[in-house]
Amino acid sequence: MNKSGIGLVALLLVTGLAVRANEKPIIGLITKTDSNPFFVKMKQGAEQAANKDGATLMSAAGKFDGDNATQVTAIENMETAGAKTILITPSDTKAIVPAIEKARKSGVMVIALDTPTDPRNATDALFATNNFTAGELIGEYAKKAMGDKPVKIATLDLAPGITVGVLRHNGFLQGFGIKEGDPHIVCSQDTRGDQAKGQTAMENCLQKDPDINLVYTINEPAAFGAYQALKAAGKEKNVMVVSIDGGCPGVKAVQEGEIAATSQQYPLKMAAMGVNAGVQFAKDGKKASGYVDTGVNLITDKPESGVPSKSTKFGLAECWGG
Amino acid sequence: MATTVMNPEDGERTASRSIIHRLLEHLPPPASIGPAVALAVTCAFFATQSPRFLDGRNFSLILQQVLEVGVIGIGQTLVILTSGIDLACGLVMAFGSIVMTKFAVNLGLNSYLAIACGLLVCAGFGYLNGALVTFVKLPPFIVTLGTLNIAYALTQIYSKSQTVSGLTNTLLYFGNTFRIGRTDVTYGTVLMLVLYLMTWLVLRDTAVGRHIYAIGNNPEATRLMGIPTQGLLRRVYTLAGLFYGIAGLLLVARTGVGDPQAGQTDNLDSITAVVLGGTSLFGGRGSLLGTLVGALIVGVIRNGLTLMGVSSVYQILITGILVILAVMTDQLSRRNKG
Amino acid sequence: MPVVEAHRTPVMEAHGIVKRYGRVTALDGTDFELLPGEVLAVIGDNGAGKSTLIKILSGAVAPDAGEILLDGRPVHFKSPLDARREGIETVYQDLAVAPAMTIAENLFLGRELHRTNWFSSFFGILDKRRMLEEAKSHLRGLQIGVRSMRQAVETLSGGQRQGVAVARSAAFARHVIIMDEPTAALGVKEGTMVLELIRRIRDRGLPVILISHNMPHVFEVADRIHIERLGKRVAVVNPKAISMSDTVAVMTGAKRRDELPSEVLC
Repeated sequence: MNKSGIGLVALLLVTGLAVRANEKPIIGLITKTDSNPFFVKMKQGAEQAANKDGATLMSAAGKFDGDNATQVTAIENMETAGAKTILITPSDTKAIVPAIEKARKSGVMVIALDTPTDPRNATDALFATNNFTAGELIGEYAKKAMGDKPVKIATLDLAPGITVGVLRHNGFLQGFGIKEGDPHIVCSQDTRGDQAKGQTAMENCLQKDPDINLVYTINEPAAFGAYQALKAAGKEKNVMVVSIDGGCPGVKAVQEGEIAATSQQYPLKMAAMGVNAGVQFAKDGKKASGYVDTGVNLITDKPESGVPSKSTKFGLAECWGG
Repeated sequence: MATTVMNPEDGERTASRSIIHRLLEHLPPPASIGPAVALAVTCAFFATQSPRFLDGRNFSLILQQVLEVGVIGIGQTLVILTSGIDLACGLVMAFGSIVMTKFAVNLGLNSYLAIACGLLVCAGFGYLNGALVTFVKLPPFIVTLGTLNIAYALTQIYSKSQTVSGLTNTLLYFGNTFRIGRTDVTYGTVLMLVLYLMTWLVLRDTAVGRHIYAIGNNPEATRLMGIPTQGLLRRVYTLAGLFYGIAGLLLVARTGVGDPQAGQTDNLDSITAVVLGGTSLFGGRGSLLGTLVGALIVGVIRNGLTLMGVSSVYQILITGILVILAVMTDQLSRRNKG
Repeated sequence: MPVVEAHRTPVMEAHGIVKRYGRVTALDGTDFELLPGEVLAVIGDNGAGKSTLIKILSGAVAPDAGEILLDGRPVHFKSPLDARREGIETVYQDLAVAPAMTIAENLFLGRELHRTNWFSSFFGILDKRRMLEEAKSHLRGLQIGVRSMRQAVETLSGGQRQGVAVARSAAFARHVIIMDEPTAALGVKEGTMVLELIRRIRDRGLPVILISHNMPHVFEVADRIHIERLGKRVAVVNPKAISMSDTVAVMTGAKRRDELPSEVLC
């Protein structure tokens, strides 16, 4: 509860004394953690938008991925402090729902960013990357790029059951044009999105089948690990690695040819849209609703026809975590 | 001439105090053969399931894959032998690896000096743990729960959550390989094995090593026998910290980057290796080499199941079952003794 | 049965020992004498001060006033280690052994033997064979029978464990062995064996201070009985002459010292 707590108390005093007519709308942003560059960028985007639109931003974050309790406390505190809109990237998509419902009953608008709650309509709206589309894009790209070559695929996934991982994986398969269980998929292992674990998974997959020539990775750290393993096996030139995220290190890796293509997502855009929606709600009481796709772009320097993409120059300008 | 004051349990057939019994006494107790047998059986099983398992290159890979948990496991074993526990290990390692990589790459410090700084910082965290346990008398579980958060936060703050790349050759040294027959072995693997051997010998054959066991087994008795227990505990925690730093250097050499998100599952993974290796979580019993075997068991299962095309989730299931079996075997073998 | 001659120099003595804990006075000017070659039992009711007295004699606690003499020489113990260095060993009530470790390891815990070559002494390499041999001879000398010095102490019976703790103290004691309730946790048979052990130690020439609340055991093995009451030594009696009930009466205060016939006093 640390610094957010003190901040909230101060804000409470300030809002209590604020003159009614010129009250700035208070918008809360709750991210999964505040260390992941993705969320750092999101918070930056929210702050920028709040300054521009004349809103006050409160922020909080969980201590680790999956820390539901801190997020619940943050929702309650922000509501007490007068936030009328709360933007949240839920750590536990089911467990957070009761706290969200309680806030919504008191008239707070809650918008999910990046990750939908379960069920999705527990929040007023969802501004997120379509993770399935992100996977589809690299799947389609890989299909075109591999052409008629016989293909052996390894998928380096997240962890059992986590929505983001499942959507991206299935999107990739769909984009590539195959189904789960297809014999072209010779190896599927979990990495928890960790670089060292990605390296281990790639090493073991290569040991199983040294002829793997296409690797789908859940995110860029896993891709870096895969690349490291490929390099140690002398295969980095012959194996295509595709990934998702679009963080600056990832785009640089595309530029350097380590990753063939990556789907870039836009945390800043999610946050800015969320702040705008909050300001709108404060102005005329109109709530945001439904699912808004904040967009994803395929970033590659070797474009394939029929698959829309953008260059790494574009990617570097828009990336996060630089 | 005078009668014996004490006899081995009356009613024992002293005639059968035979050669076989005396032989059995000289063998290591079941708790430490068990893991080695389990490892052998697991390897034999996977050898039948995939022709690619019994391969020099594959074994070299497995050893590299267990470097992180393996070396952390040395520190964790030492701490657990004193009936403590270290939940901060992986995150202290991550902090150390960020310090050594950033000092070398961003500050341009001499690589050896940068590595020394990383090791020092990790040993410092170890000392902090030891000091809180001995001076303030807090339980190790709680102390290391606190320091793990501190280490994690410092790592994120100092690294701004960015990985550090463009490492110098010195930092990458332990990732370099040399050939044995047709297999490439990394220097990191060799270092890990040497560290295990050295530490095992110290634990087995020196007074300090035996005192570490004694503190875990009966801290009051150890104190009454004049052994400075508090100072020894601090040294154990500090040394464990140093091992976490070494693990960080080996990880950096293996992955080629300083990763601020590294090490987050290492506390549970290293404790798993310790338990699978037959060391008791209550302290005072176990073998350091068992931890290496335990780490290898997990690595072999992960590798073997991947070669068989089995989903990752089963690796977790099997590891969990093995941990329970390991603890059960340890309990049963002890109940049959006294 | 060796005859104790009261006019020989005491191995250990204490005069006017005072110890206070806040407002509670545990020892109120108590005296103490241990003669050579004897088993001296120290008895007293709960709160009489006997455990405080023993802690002071073994160096675990420092007195507020009074002096302690060892072989006529004044000594000051700042810790149990000081007492041990002077050759006073204690067999603690809970034995202070590490159950998972072997008999040999426990015997030499904190006093391990090292190999003598320069390499070994630099690295502190243990001389396990020598420790095994010496452990064997120590236990054999006290006629304590166990299967192997490599046995873990936890595999021994209660009496054998007590034997190991006693053997450890006997191996290193030069002046005095203090035994705190050695038979308390044992059955009849093993208790008798421990008493026999105590006699063997005394017969070797090492005086024993025995703390016990088991009167029959005290009467069986002690040469003299020191009775502590309300922080003072109220009497030292001869177990061969006095009755158990009179002893208990003095201990509880039901009888005063001057009510006892002079033959029973030492």
